[in-house]
Amino acid sequence: MPVDESLSTFSDWSYGSAVAVYLLAMIFLLVEQAFGRTARAAAAGRTARAAALVGAGAGGSSVVQADQTDQSDQSDQDRPRITPGVVSTPQRSRPERFGRMGAALIVLGALLHLGSIVLRGFAAGRAPWGNMYEYMSVVCFVAVGTWLALMRKFPIRRLSAFTLLPVVVLMFIGGTALYTTAAPVQPSLQSYWLVVHVSAAASGSGVLLVPGVASLLYLARKANERDPGRFVKLAARLPEADLLDRLAYRTTIIAFPVYTFGIFCGAIWAESAWGRFWGWDPKEIVAFVAWVVYAAYLHARATAGWRGNRAAWINVVGFAMTVFNLFFVNLVTTGLHSYAGV
Amino acid sequence: MSTDQSTRPSAQHSPSRFGALLAFLRNTWRGLTAMRTALTLLFLLALGAMPGALLPQRSLNSAKTDQYIADHGWWGRLLDRLQFYDVYSSVWFSAIYILLFTSLIGCLLPRTVEYARQLRAKPVLTPRNLARLPHHRQSTVDASADAVLTAARTRLRGWRVAEHTEEDGARSISAERGFLRETGNLVFHFGLLGILVAFALGGIYKYEGHVIVLANGGENSEFCNSGVANYDYFVPGLSVDGTQLSPFCVKVNGFTAQYLPTGQPTSYQADIQYQAGADLSTGTWRPYDLRVNSPLRTAGDRVYLLSHGYAPRFTVTYPDGTQRSNVIQWEQADPITLLSSGATKFDPPDTPDPEQRRKSQLAITGLFAPTAVYDGTVLSSSFPELRDPAVAVDIYRGDLGSDSGRGQSIYSIDQSMVDSGRLQKVARKNLALGEEITLDDGTRVRFDNVEQWVSLQVSHDPTQNWVLVFAVLMLLGLVTSLVVKRRRIWVRVTPAGGSGGSGRTVVEVGGLARTDQAGYGEEFTKVADELLRAARAGRES
Ligand code: HEM
Repeated sequence: MPVDESLSTFSDWSYGSAVAVYLLAMIFLLVEQAFGRTARAAAAGRTARAAALVGAGAGGSSVVQADQTDQSDQSDQDRPRITPGVVSTPQRSRPERFGRMGAALIVLGALLHLGSIVLRGFAAGRAPWGNMYEYMSVVCFVAVGTWLALMRKFPIRRLSAFTLLPVVVLMFIGGTALYTTAAPVQPSLQSYWLVVHVSAAASGSGVLLVPGVASLLYLARKANERDPGRFVKLAARLPEADLLDRLAYRTTIIAFPVYTFGIFCGAIWAESAWGRFWGWDPKEIVAFVAWVVYAAYLHARATAGWRGNRAAWINVVGFAMTVFNLFFVNLVTTGLHSYAGV
Repeated sequence: MSTDQSTRPSAQHSPSRFGALLAFLRNTWRGLTAMRTALTLLFLLALGAMPGALLPQRSLNSAKTDQYIADHGWWGRLLDRLQFYDVYSSVWFSAIYILLFTSLIGCLLPRTVEYARQLRAKPVLTPRNLARLPHHRQSTVDASADAVLTAARTRLRGWRVAEHTEEDGARSISAERGFLRETGNLVFHFGLLGILVAFALGGIYKYEGHVIVLANGGENSEFCNSGVANYDYFVPGLSVDGTQLSPFCVKVNGFTAQYLPTGQPTSYQADIQYQAGADLSTGTWRPYDLRVNSPLRTAGDRVYLLSHGYAPRFTVTYPDGTQRSNVIQWEQADPITLLSSGATKFDPPDTPDPEQRRKSQLAITGLFAPTAVYDGTVLSSSFPELRDPAVAVDIYRGDLGSDSGRGQSIYSIDQSMVDSGRLQKVARKNLALGEEITLDDGTRVRFDNVEQWVSLQVSHDPTQNWVLVFAVLMLLGLVTSLVVKRRRIWVRVTPAGGSGGSGRTVVEVGGLARTDQAGYGEEFTKVADELLRAARAGRES
């Protein structure tokens, strides 16, 4: 199938604009993060909806407490009650307005980003994840999409810049150093398993970017709680450690089965393309290692003494393996997993 | 567990010594099967697997491995001794996963027993103080205790429930849900175990081999899986000695590759015929369109199209007029442009005397380009497709060394024969298709045409379907155990005011998630709201 050059060009423009819009969104959100009220104050004023949704109590130091107080019918005199549903203060502060604009910009960026992926697919006449540039683009899109979905449920808008940072960096590298022109893929990649396996792997990895960021923030927050001298600026404006922990856990348990499914599909595809379902190819190894690390994370969450900090570290390691897999294995080693063009 | 039981009888004979041993073994076993150990072992597994991605592995590329060792001196040799180039068959990697899976079994057995017990058990008694639970609601309603309980029973349909009457006359319902989580978790871990066992068995019974055949339907285009010797390269499983190969034959009639203008291939396709089973005795050939991603599956084996290349045909006309023609595969020198190199060797015709023969063997070596471009007289290729084929050959005459007993590469000549002067270069020339060169003794060598070869891989692994089955189980178990939350809810009703005169009832609802707390709050709130609403409505009924 011939490549449609003009669609491909539009795709590139769309990609570039998405990166630019994400950057702009980051700036807006950093303004909110820097000049907005600190987490505590903000939480008291703003997170009523979230409190009702996720049971994260304002000022409560753990879920258990929060649930008890928020959800008991007995009134709780020593704390101001939060009425679910009453969200808005009529006068929004300026940083908050910046935050809202930032969030709107993320949505716009995501739409442009989606556009670039879809156009790429039409331009090349195949699933738009046949080389590293395209794969990274999809991973980043899934990460942003996950973040937007989470933003509706958790009071985390002001943290968006932390998630956008790796996204923008990855997209920048993808769009420059790893850029590949739209083209059909080589014979071994021509399979419907390309669609299934790579989309599952990219979705899994994309979602896993979020718990990686959440766990890092969790660690900063915890370090600050232990020693108030550390991460002073940052930690004061972060939400409760517990919220970050739950964010990491929930996203991990969504991503883990998807990632597992992706690996299994890869094995099935490898069986029909390379003659064996598992051959310890570098890419397979790192995927396996990352998988084992996330399994360890889930175990740590269920093991006394390993919850909290250690679990968060494990999640960060898992994230590092995912990124390592993206770059190192594709660029440095020569496995069978060669993507066209890079 | 087995360790535990096997030592028990001896422990009875000499309680003190063996008692200590028993205690030691028991503690070891407990330690090994503790979650913390599993966690540590998982880490070690991840860590232990990494070198395989960072260092060359012998099973994937032995030449590269040897090169790496040579380049890194004592350090390279040390890593070799520590089995870092054979990570996945190394003693230490095996030790990690065997320990991990022992731990897994030790963890699964008691959990399965516990699971079976809980299957039959009733939900636990209602705790004395529901207000202490993570989730709690209380309300006083205008309905009788009976009505409230009836309403609660209706609402808790689908939960496993038990009712109790307590000492002080209060009545309660305990309800539990999400038992499937444990089911999923066990299925997941057993699936994992199954995969490992199937994978290990695969290592015993599988085999894999590569063979190169010409893609022209002629005499060298057929391969039969009748013996290990028919392969160019063969990797047997631990118990495969070559007598258990499942017989089948394939014949390659043609090969087509398609390329983009950039030279990137877009499609490979081999037109083959095969016979297996009864077809072998009747001589029936069945056609198959062999492609990358679409192997031929037959007789328990799979045949894959691995790669392809060119085989130039040369014809030698000896001074006496006899002709010999030979076509043999040349290997890819550049996988993008398919510039190839090789050696086509000729024995002189009708020369029974080995001494005489060894003086006049011929070898045509050099480069083949499917689409020739010249830099001066240096040949290279600009495109992988057969557009303007040419060869740049060196012709050697003398003793090829084929009688020496040493193995020879089919792609090159034995350099030591050249060095010792027994094999001499007699000509060098670039030839386009149909061109020939005349040697000093009048022998003519003509570059006749070009055939294509394909390399086929045959794989046999009787356990791989089991791996798939266990993988599917594992995934189903995983999703179930991550989606389902195990949670409990209790409803206690107490007549208000103690004397029972008021007709009002105090309803208390408590909730607890057995597993991760995340997310139970929402559901609890919903259920408790509905229970209390139903209790209020219960007044009318
Ligand atoms: C062979 C390596 C192992 C792997 C890859 C593995 C993987 C996992 C994964 C992914 C989960 C979370 C999903 C689920 O709940 O089903 C899990 C949960 C669990 N695993 Fe393993 N496991 C392994 C070995 C073990 C061992 C040896 C034990 C026992 C000590 C164990 C005990 C558990 C338990 C109790 C849970 C439930 C945790 C919870 O309730 O969240 N696992 N395992």
